[in-house]
Amino acid sequence: MITHLPILQVITPLMAAPICLLLNRSQLVWMFSLLASGLAFLISILLLQQVMISGVISYELGGWQAPWGIEYRIDKLNAFLLLIISGISTVVLVAAQTSIEKEIPKDKYTYFYVLYLLSLTGMLGIVATGDAFNVFVFLEISSLSAYALIAMGQKRQALWASYQYLIMGTIGATFILIGIGLMYQMTGTLNMADLSQRLPEVAQTRTVFVSFVFVIVGVCLKLAMFPLHLWLPNAYAYAPSIVTAFFAATATKVAVYLLIRFTFSVFGLSFSFTTIPLQTLFMALGLIGIFIASATAIYQKNVKHIFAYSSIAQIGYMIVGFSLSTVTGLTATLLHMFNHALMKGAIFLALAAVIYRVGNVELNHFRGLGRQMPLTMAAIVIGGLSLIGVPLTVGFVSKWYLLTALVEQGWWPIAVLILLGSMLAVVYVWRIVEVAYFKAPLDENIKVKEAPVSFLIPIWTLVIANIYFGIDTRLSVQVAKGAAQSLFGVSP
Amino acid sequence: MIIGLFNHWVVIILMMIGLYIVIAHGNLIKKLVGLTIFQTSVFIFYISIAKVDGGTAPILADGITQYSNPLPHVLILTAIVVGIATTALGLSLVVRIKETYKSIEEEEIQQQDNEEQLTKHKTEDSA
Repeated sequence: MITHLPILQVITPLMAAPICLLLNRSQLVWMFSLLASGLAFLISILLLQQVMISGVISYELGGWQAPWGIEYRIDKLNAFLLLIISGISTVVLVAAQTSIEKEIPKDKYTYFYVLYLLSLTGMLGIVATGDAFNVFVFLEISSLSAYALIAMGQKRQALWASYQYLIMGTIGATFILIGIGLMYQMTGTLNMADLSQRLPEVAQTRTVFVSFVFVIVGVCLKLAMFPLHLWLPNAYAYAPSIVTAFFAATATKVAVYLLIRFTFSVFGLSFSFTTIPLQTLFMALGLIGIFIASATAIYQKNVKHIFAYSSIAQIGYMIVGFSLSTVTGLTATLLHMFNHALMKGAIFLALAAVIYRVGNVELNHFRGLGRQMPLTMAAIVIGGLSLIGVPLTVGFVSKWYLLTALVEQGWWPIAVLILLGSMLAVVYVWRIVEVAYFKAPLDENIKVKEAPVSFLIPIWTLVIANIYFGIDTRLSVQVAKGAAQSLFGVSP
Repeated sequence: MIIGLFNHWVVIILMMIGLYIVIAHGNLIKKLVGLTIFQTSVFIFYISIAKVDGGTAPILADGITQYSNPLPHVLILTAIVVGIATTALGLSLVVRIKETYKSIEEEEIQQQDNEEQLTKHKTEDSA
């Protein structure tokens, strides 16, 4: 059993999805999905433990030897990501049944959970697999179910957002497919570990160069990196709230993982950062992304839009850390992936609770909610503080590491810009606080009460995690640092 | 050089036609057509690189030693299935967009969204 953990990680939600269709009773399906996701979470914990103790796990699918067969390869980076994805998925699912009551027609409940589990499968698969073509397949599994999930949103804009995401996402995935094809053409292999050995021999050819560019652009589309972010705000704003909470916390992280995996492991550090000026390019795009997205967030009237733009800005921080290509920089990026999942998970779940009670998340409907829904609003405030990077929250830890990494390289001006960018976060978080705590409620919202317990438990689990990992950073830092070091080939 | 890479030229031309349609056309169905052409070009790329000069179909038989590479064909079968799923999902989205917006032109949909936003904010400001 223990040796089959890598495949069980992916196959548990995959098998659970069709079983949900058979059960077809909403309460039962919800419990079952929660069970499947919880099992996946348990497996990811076991995997992380195993990796921390005994190093990389390689699993040959069907007993076919790599590089001919498909290999699942779990190192610290993979295990860390698996933990984030399955953990957030489980916590979010706890609130799912209550939340979709108000947002999705009753006859679609089962399909909702089926798609949710498939999307989870896709993301876990992308991270677990060590085969480049397998990445494409899982990417499409998660994306296709994501398009359908987003289209389930209440408003008709959800359909349009989903369509736009479908076009952009498919172009992105096809770009990755072209890149993988060119790699295969030059090396005759699809196994990532094998590719990393064979690519240096042909690194000087134009084909490899083109394949690198295709992969990077494709991944950046999925990543919603500025200026390829246009699909994200509407997709997040109009999707059912639970879907937003799940995707905002996990989907872009998976794309960041792919970026790291392809540049550091497959193409290799020296190739990636010398053939095109990746450092300057990503540093510049990351910073512009932080400023433009944060500034746009300030002017939004829909709170989901505010935090969707804030997500794009947060991706900017991850990109800046990545572009440094130092161990500390990469540690900051990995930490921020973990921390951002915690804060955005908490915030978007709290917004789901607001939608459940108030019916929408327009900013002017937040008036007076500070008194009517104190626990939910407190969660948004703590999540917001974490976004800003206030000490004792997780946001501070990753910003601290990012600044250390920048100062290490002597890039003071960039460090100052990062701090200025955080100031913009203060503005958009303050706008919500001001409306929620210092204004009288709208007449139609007078009777609004605190969110039900099924919301408060998952929301506060994440909020407490936000604070806990902001104080006790041993686990997250140790894993992130270990992962970063092994990517650089430094033994810890 | 140009003749030898004939397949690449076909692929690139198809790819550009597909991408151009996706970007330039406002009709949602036409966009999906463009997307399909774009994906198909990649399928052709995979299939054509698998051809080995003088090789036959990859079936074990006496007296034949030179085979074409079957792996890319198998890979692209998967990608074709994915492509079909994408097109089907895209088309069903278009059907539902047509039902709610009464239009499948990008401009008209954007316009309706903008108008809705404007009227909403007006009522909020007056309220």
